[in-house]
This record gives sequence, C-alpha cells and structure tokens, in this order.
Amino acid sequence: MRRVSAAIAIAAAGFWALSGAAIAQSAPDKIKIGYAISKTGPFTGGASITTLPVYELWVKEVNAAGGIKIGDKRVPIEVVEYDDRSNSEEAIKAIERLASQDKVDFILPPWSTGLNLAVGPILNRLGYPHLAVTTNTNRAPELAKRWPNASFWLGLPADISVEMVAVLSKLRADGKIGPTVAMIGVSDQFGIELTTAARDAFAKAGFKLAYDKSYPAGSQDMQPMLKDAMAANPDVFVSFSYPPDTLAVTDAAKVLGFNPKVFFTGVGTAFPLFKQRFGANAEGVMGIGGWNADSPLLKDYLARHKAGVGREPDRWANPVTFASLQALQQAIERVGLDRAAVVKELQSGTFDTIIGKVKLEGGLLKDVWAVGQWQSGEFYGVAPSTKDGARAPVVPKPAWGP
Amino acid sequence: MLLLVDILLSGLILGGMYALTATGLTLQYGVARILDLAYGEVLVAAAFMAYVLFTGAAVVPLVGLVIVLPLAFAANWVIYRVMLVPLVRRARNRAALETDSILATFGLLFVLQGIAFVIFGGQYYGYSYLSAPISLFGATVAVNRLVALGFAAVLAVGLYLALTRTRTGTAIRAVAVDPDAARLVAIDVTAVAGLAFATGGALCAAGGVLVSMFLTFSAGMGVLFTMKALIVVIMGGVGNLLGALAAGLLLGLIETAVARLVDPGLTLAATYALFLTVLLVRPTGLFGRPAR
Repeated sequence: MRRVSAAIAIAAAGFWALSGAAIAQSAPDKIKIGYAISKTGPFTGGASITTLPVYELWVKEVNAAGGIKIGDKRVPIEVVEYDDRSNSEEAIKAIERLASQDKVDFILPPWSTGLNLAVGPILNRLGYPHLAVTTNTNRAPELAKRWPNASFWLGLPADISVEMVAVLSKLRADGKIGPTVAMIGVSDQFGIELTTAARDAFAKAGFKLAYDKSYPAGSQDMQPMLKDAMAANPDVFVSFSYPPDTLAVTDAAKVLGFNPKVFFTGVGTAFPLFKQRFGANAEGVMGIGGWNADSPLLKDYLARHKAGVGREPDRWANPVTFASLQALQQAIERVGLDRAAVVKELQSGTFDTIIGKVKLEGGLLKDVWAVGQWQSGEFYGVAPSTKDGARAPVVPKPAWGP
Repeated sequence: MLLLVDILLSGLILGGMYALTATGLTLQYGVARILDLAYGEVLVAAAFMAYVLFTGAAVVPLVGLVIVLPLAFAANWVIYRVMLVPLVRRARNRAALETDSILATFGLLFVLQGIAFVIFGGQYYGYSYLSAPISLFGATVAVNRLVALGFAAVLAVGLYLALTRTRTGTAIRAVAVDPDAARLVAIDVTAVAGLAFATGGALCAAGGVLVSMFLTFSAGMGVLFTMKALIVVIMGGVGNLLGALAAGLLLGLIETAVARLVDPGLTLAATYALFLTVLLVRPTGLFGRPAR
C-alpha cells in the first residue's frame, strides 16, 4: 500500500515538484533488487566477467554509501539472486518468481543476447525496466519500440562491423594496408549478424574477401582454418569469435607465425585474460569493445573493481553494465520507486556515469566503443574515432614474439 | 602433398587429444561399469590444478602431472570405495548398476562443479606454455599440442602393455569381459573394478593437465569434455582401449580433413555423421563385442 500511495503522490506532484518530505514519509526500509544470472552452464564464463561481479560491486558500493536515496533518506538494497543455469526457460521462471513471490522492486537482466531476448516479453508484461546491456542484435531498434521498458547499451552488431571497416578503410586510404581480407566467424546469431554486416561493409568499401568461413560454436581447434586463411596472404584478419575461440585463434596465429597487418578478434579480446595469456604479444591486436583507459573515472573504476572483485574487468560490456546501474540508481533517486516513472526517466534522462554522460536515444545507447586495440598493455578504444579518448590505431601489428 | 601431411599431422594431434581425454572413461565404463558423468569435472579439476601449479608455483604442467596423477588416482579410488561400492553391492544386474551410477555421478558432477565455482568462479582460465611452433615434415604444429600427443601415446602404450602383459591387467580385462566368471577364478572383482576406476580417473586427470596447456577452460565446461569422451568411448566400443584410441584419432582426422577440404562449418556435422554411421554399421562400436 505504501508504494501505491507513493505512486499516487508522484503522479499528483509531478517528477520534480515533489517535496522531499512527501517521499520520506513513504520511503521503505529497503529496496529489493532481484536478478537471475548464469552461475552454471555455458553462459557462466561471460556472466561472471561482465555481469555478476558488476552487480555485486554496485550493490556493495551503494549500500556502503547508505543505499539509494529516496527523498532525503538513504535506503539500502536487498538482493534476491537466482541461477538461470544458462537456460531461457529457467530465466523466465526466475523472473516470474522474482516479481510474484519475492515482490522485488527492480530486476536486473541476465547475461547474453539470447537470455535477454528470452526474458524481454515477460519483463515488458510485468512493467519492469529492462537494462538489456549485454544484448547485441541488429533488431535492437525494433525491439526497443516493441518493449518501451527495455534499453540496449552495446550498439548494434552492424555498427561494430561498419566501424571496424571504417577504421580499415582509413588505414587503406593512408596506404598502410592492402585490400585483402580473411574473415572467420562463429556460426550462431552473434557471429552471423557480425559477419553479414562486415561482408556488406567490406564490399562497399572495395575490400577483397579472400577467405570467408564460419565454424561451429564450441570449436577450439582453429589451426586448420588459420592455415587456409594464411594461405590467402591477407592484409587483414578478422575473427568474430567467442572467448575460448578468440584465445585459440590468437594462439594458433602466434604458433603459425601468421602476421597480417591487422589482426582483429571477437569477444574475449577485451578480457584481462587475453593480456594475461599473451602478455606482450597482445600488443596491436584489435577487437570488439574498448574503453578510454586515460579517463580518471574509469581509472578509479578499475581500481575499485580490482579491490572489490579481486580481478580486473573486461574492457567492453563490464563498465557499460556498471554505467547502466548508475543510470538506474539516478533514475530511482529522481522519481522514486514507481517503475513506470523509472522507465520513462531512463528513456529521457541524462545520467552521470563512469563512461561519461549517458543519454539513450529511442531506447538505445549509441555512443559506445565498437573497436578497441591493445596498446602498451591497455585495451584502448579506437573507433568510433569521434569518441572522446579515441586513439589512432597502431598498424601494422608487431609480429608475434616467442 | 604438403596439404595431406598437414591434415594427417593436425588430425592426429587433435585425435590424440580426443583419445587422451577418453581412455579414462573407457576404463571406468568398460571395467568398473560406472558411467561416470562427473568425468569432465574431474578433467577440468585437473586442468585447474595444473593452472594453479603453473601460475602460482611455477610448476610446469609436465612436472605437475607427477603431483596431479597420484592425487586423482587416490581421489577416484576413494570415490569408488565410498560412493560407488554400495551401488555395486545392491545392483542386481548390469543395467541396474548403470542407472544407479548415472544418477550418483550426476550428483557428483554438481558437487564437483559447485566446488570449482566457489573456488574459481565461472570465468575462463588459460595460460601460455610451450605455445611455440615446430616444423614436422614441412608442416607447422604447436609444441604443446605435440607434447600432449606424445604423452597420450606413452600413456596409451603403457596402459595397453599393463593390460595385456601383467597379471593385474589380465584380471582387469577379465572383469571387463565377464565379472561373474571373473569371480569364479578368484578375482576380487570389487578391488579390480576400484583399481580400474581410479586408473581411469588418473588418466582423465592426465588429459586435463595436458589440454590445459592449450585450451581455454572454465568451471562450467566439464560437460563438454564428458560428451566428447562418451562419443569416443561408445564409438570405439565400450571397454576397449584400442577402440577408444582408434575412434579418437578417426574423429580428429575427419574433423581436420573436413575443415581443410570441405568447410570448417561442417566439422561438427561430420563428427556426428561419422558417429551415426559407425553405430548403424556396428552398433557395439568399432571394436565392440556383440551384445550377449
């Protein structure tokens, strides 16, 4: 009942005119936030680097500061956590349970495009804001229209491919690389969307695709493909791969002494594991994601993440996930616990986050890194080149060392 | 010609890895009659141990084997004595034991996986060791993969000799063929089965240590290894060491050949097509005995 009266009060007084006292009266003693995340199954690897540690870190930091500010009172967060076992049915069941049994105030999203698309309809029906951060699909603009409660934070796969080709076109115009490209991609939705968009963009920009193959998900034996890619003697090698295959493809390239001028790999390139495994050999490798490592906000985040989680974050979706939670917190602090109002505020408001000022357009965060490159031990964003802190790509990539 | 050598060599290396990660299961399933669904978890646990030894104590994986193998042997022996012997005692026939062991090891899978998650979290692990090229007959291969193949060969030959040339090995084979008849000639079937199960666990751990040199792994990945090992074991003929070796090598060769000559996208399809064909033509596997 308290929440209903708060909602009426908010509706009556408008978002900004609401006096602190009115909210303070109705401020609960805790805010319940629930999520179902992959703690077992094939998505665990991604969820436990990009998503779960960020949730835990955020809750810890918010509660250490007293909680989320409702009116002039700080209200601590209480977490309800489930394991979706990397299974979309489980994820949906868990969300239903969070809403109907645990009666949580807000629900945080699962990890991966597939699971977020699976829980999209139910979150929309229940009216919860859906911060679909780790959703990377070309259908995002259409989905954002269909599900106004949902927001998409990683750009579109097409954007990633187009930005990558833009970087390469510029390098070619500068005479740094030739036109020959070898491309491989994992044959699931993610890989197919990226390779399709890249194929179009390469054709438009006048590149020559000398090798273009897909491989089944889960494959870690990349040497046969690389040998054929190498035989095409490309200037550019592109691999739209998942973390284990990204590492395998890089390892195989190193073993084979395959040294194209541009070496671009998929998800996992931005992981600290990449640097740890390849050390100095990571230098010059390009990949999806990136961040502005010189930004004081991100430097501070890196230190907090290291201290709070015990390891470094990835340099793509992890900081964006944290930024989405900051936006959620700020939206709640502005409009209270009314979910419809929070959805509206998320769509229209501007938020101060670790990745800078964030404002969604049509439910999409468009100002995001598409391409990054390992430069002196840090994965800097290089494209879009208009972004703050964008570095010039270092080409050719240094040859693999021992 | 070079392409052929290349395919043969890469295929054998991949196949050797498959065989290596499956020989343990063939002992456990064929002799101890335990369909160990936690097999992949043991493999991943060994990979983690190798990782910790290498990154924490600078113990190279090949030396790590000396530490991990006895540990895995002991742990699997304890698992067999404590958890599985009661099942063996109460099972009326082989089918009942199979069902019970599937359920029990399915539970064990979650226990082991849970422990791994608590200690290591769910993220990916990997390290770089002997990731250098070596040229063989004009084809380039990775040293770590070649070393894994070498060890797989040594372990397989050693195991084969032990099974065929020693008294204990003969007892193990007797139990694999017919546990009831083995009892009649004064073989302690439970002890022999325990020995086979523990040896299988140790081989599985050897596989884990060796593949950790070049594969990326995570606490949740055990099931993938169990699946692959099951395919190899069933294809080779349950309980037949040579069968598992042949099946593993065949799978590796087919996968590599398809990737190079046809299309890398079809490797998985080729694997399962081969598996299905073998099962259609020889339902008991390549080297399997016809069911009695």
